[in-house]
Amino acid sequence: MLEVKNLTVSIGDRKILDGLNLTVQDGEVAAIMGPNGTGKSTLSYVIAGKPGYHVDSGEILLDGQNLLEMGPDERAGKGVFLAFQYPVEIPGVATMTFLKAALNAQRRQRGEEELTTPVFMKKVREASKLLDIKDEILRRALNVGFSGGEKKRMDILQMALLEPNTAILDETDSGLDIDAIRIVAEGVNKLRTAKRSFLLITHYQRLLNYIVPDTVHVMARGKIVRTGGKELALELEKNGYRDFAAAPEAA
Amino acid sequence: MAAVQETVDRVKSLDVTEYKYGFSSTFEMDMAPKGLNEDIVRFISAKKNEPAWLTEWRLEAYRRWITMEEPDWARVHYPPIDYQSLYYYAAPKTASGPKSLDEVDPEILKVYAKLGIPLHEQALLAGVEGASQRRVAVDAVMDSVSVVTTFKDELAKAGVIFCPISEAVHTHPELVKKYLGSVVPTSDNYYATLNSAVFSDGSFVYIPKGVRCPMELSTYFRINEQNTGQFERTLIIADEGAYVSYLEGCTAPKRDENQLHAAVVELITHDDAEIKYSTVQNWYPGDAAGKGGIYNFVTKRGDCRGKNSKISWTQVETGSAITWKYPSCILRGDNSRGEFYSIAISNGYQQVDSGTKMIHLGKNTTSRIISKGISAGHSQNTYRGLVSAHRKATGARNFTNCDSLLIGENCGAHTVPYIEARNDSAQFEHEATTSKISDDQLFYCMQRGLSGEEATALIVNGFVRDVLQQLPMEFAVEAQKLIAISLEGSVG
Repeated sequence: MLEVKNLTVSIGDRKILDGLNLTVQDGEVAAIMGPNGTGKSTLSYVIAGKPGYHVDSGEILLDGQNLLEMGPDERAGKGVFLAFQYPVEIPGVATMTFLKAALNAQRRQRGEEELTTPVFMKKVREASKLLDIKDEILRRALNVGFSGGEKKRMDILQMALLEPNTAILDETDSGLDIDAIRIVAEGVNKLRTAKRSFLLITHYQRLLNYIVPDTVHVMARGKIVRTGGKELALELEKNGYRDFAAAPEAA
Repeated sequence: MAAVQETVDRVKSLDVTEYKYGFSSTFEMDMAPKGLNEDIVRFISAKKNEPAWLTEWRLEAYRRWITMEEPDWARVHYPPIDYQSLYYYAAPKTASGPKSLDEVDPEILKVYAKLGIPLHEQALLAGVEGASQRRVAVDAVMDSVSVVTTFKDELAKAGVIFCPISEAVHTHPELVKKYLGSVVPTSDNYYATLNSAVFSDGSFVYIPKGVRCPMELSTYFRINEQNTGQFERTLIIADEGAYVSYLEGCTAPKRDENQLHAAVVELITHDDAEIKYSTVQNWYPGDAAGKGGIYNFVTKRGDCRGKNSKISWTQVETGSAITWKYPSCILRGDNSRGEFYSIAISNGYQQVDSGTKMIHLGKNTTSRIISKGISAGHSQNTYRGLVSAHRKATGARNFTNCDSLLIGENCGAHTVPYIEARNDSAQFEHEATTSKISDDQLFYCMQRGLSGEEATALIVNGFVRDVLQQLPMEFAVEAQKLIAISLEGSVG
């Protein structure tokens, strides 16, 4: 279970998150929607431990453990996964090499045996098939020269391999055409389990046609301003964010 | 991949400023008195029983050297070196002229064992049955003398000569006389001239016509004695149609004062011959505050004398407080080819000024330069290169790619390319990039579970991949480890 309690975060003098509260139960798929610039991506980065953000107050607990005391690599080892809005290119590092390094780094952290190459290869092949990723791309340098859709699928492939308990998808649908969204969504749906929780960050209701959430949260001005079921997304689609976007005071 | 992991494990087992090869050993030494004058030059020559022509050759170099001035154009800064306070000859007493391993002082063998250098042929032969280990003939040089050379008999069967240069002077005087100083003349530059006067030992290789050397040849250099300059001289000749791959490794103890290393390497290829020369330079770089370390002023040059010949330099430079080094190719023969692949890593307060010269003299000569500089800590890393085409070098072609990677806020990367084309059919291409390991790259890797150091090692290994691929396999693995060790403590 992921619990964000009264979280206030700033960059420099600017307050981005302002007393945000959010709970995601095991197995729950929660969507966070909201207009641009309300701190949705900041929330995902702070949960994953990106440097550069100052946590003024509040807590982030994963199964009762304080994530804020851990480095990003340690959080990953505990099962936090972030699919990036803009996956990063790593020139010269073959995708396959990167995947194996990441998986084994997490296994070492948990005191598990590293995977042998044949076992690892089998896992990668299964996951690639699920996401319609060609073998050839696994030999190329990670994300270098990949199309937007390939990058996003690669991130989901990593999620499938790393088997996190908490997966945050930051605008995974942005920049994807409808076929790519369907492939990504099918991949995510196959990874849904009773234990694994998802936090989907998105502008649009569109993605939620394919990945049906249990809960929908509306975020504005650095906090959750409304929570409801999947029907809330449809309401937002119809009325837009204007009811929420207006700040009572300038942020 | 396995290598990346090994690297990381090794980094973790080390302290931040640990230099693995930093031990020193105690031997009974045979030393020349401190300082340098004609008598010292004669002393060195006499110690090696050299013929009169060589003594005179050295003396001429010395006389020229005292008229020369130390160059100051490189982007390196250091206090003046007092050449009179150095020892110019130091030899482990028991090591003169061992006939076999049994005669080598066991203490010396222990030193090389600590370095992980497999001197024992038996061990190597046993390794052949294992899948991965290749046989490598080794010449081990400690301070001023070569202490042991392995596999001599087997190489002799193929007609290959591989021995200390001090020995070649006696056993193959005609070859030494013909080639010594023919690529790097005694008047070449301050450090090369000094080397010519006082050079101690080094390796001599001759591959006869049409012979492909049956194994890789390797020399390990070790500076041990305090206040001692090390001046090796290496001479490699590949006769018509011959091929050899040669590896050089270097280490030194941790000492607070700076040690001077001024080597000269000369390579000669005749028609259709090829020499591949690889270096993993890991001299002591000084401590975290910049104290101590080796001053490395090295002249390396290859002469593609024959047509269709090829010389390829590959270097991984991780050590030394100061590196001043430009392995070069003179492309004299028509259709000859020169290559330079370099990874230069600097951390702490290291200063690197390194690059290459490709001198195109013959027709349709080609050259390729791939340089990867990585700077971390407070270090300064300069690529300096020259590509030139002579008036008659029609159809000359060069491709140069210089990439610099910066880690942290306090280091510097500099690129100083010189390009001269004196005929209009020459085609020279130059590409250069400077980049930083971005916070986004580090965070992305760490989000996937890699530690900061694992992430840096992975990104850097990706950056240098083109060059690592040029190294013989075992060296590539070793180099990957070295890269991670050199960069430890660079992630803030």
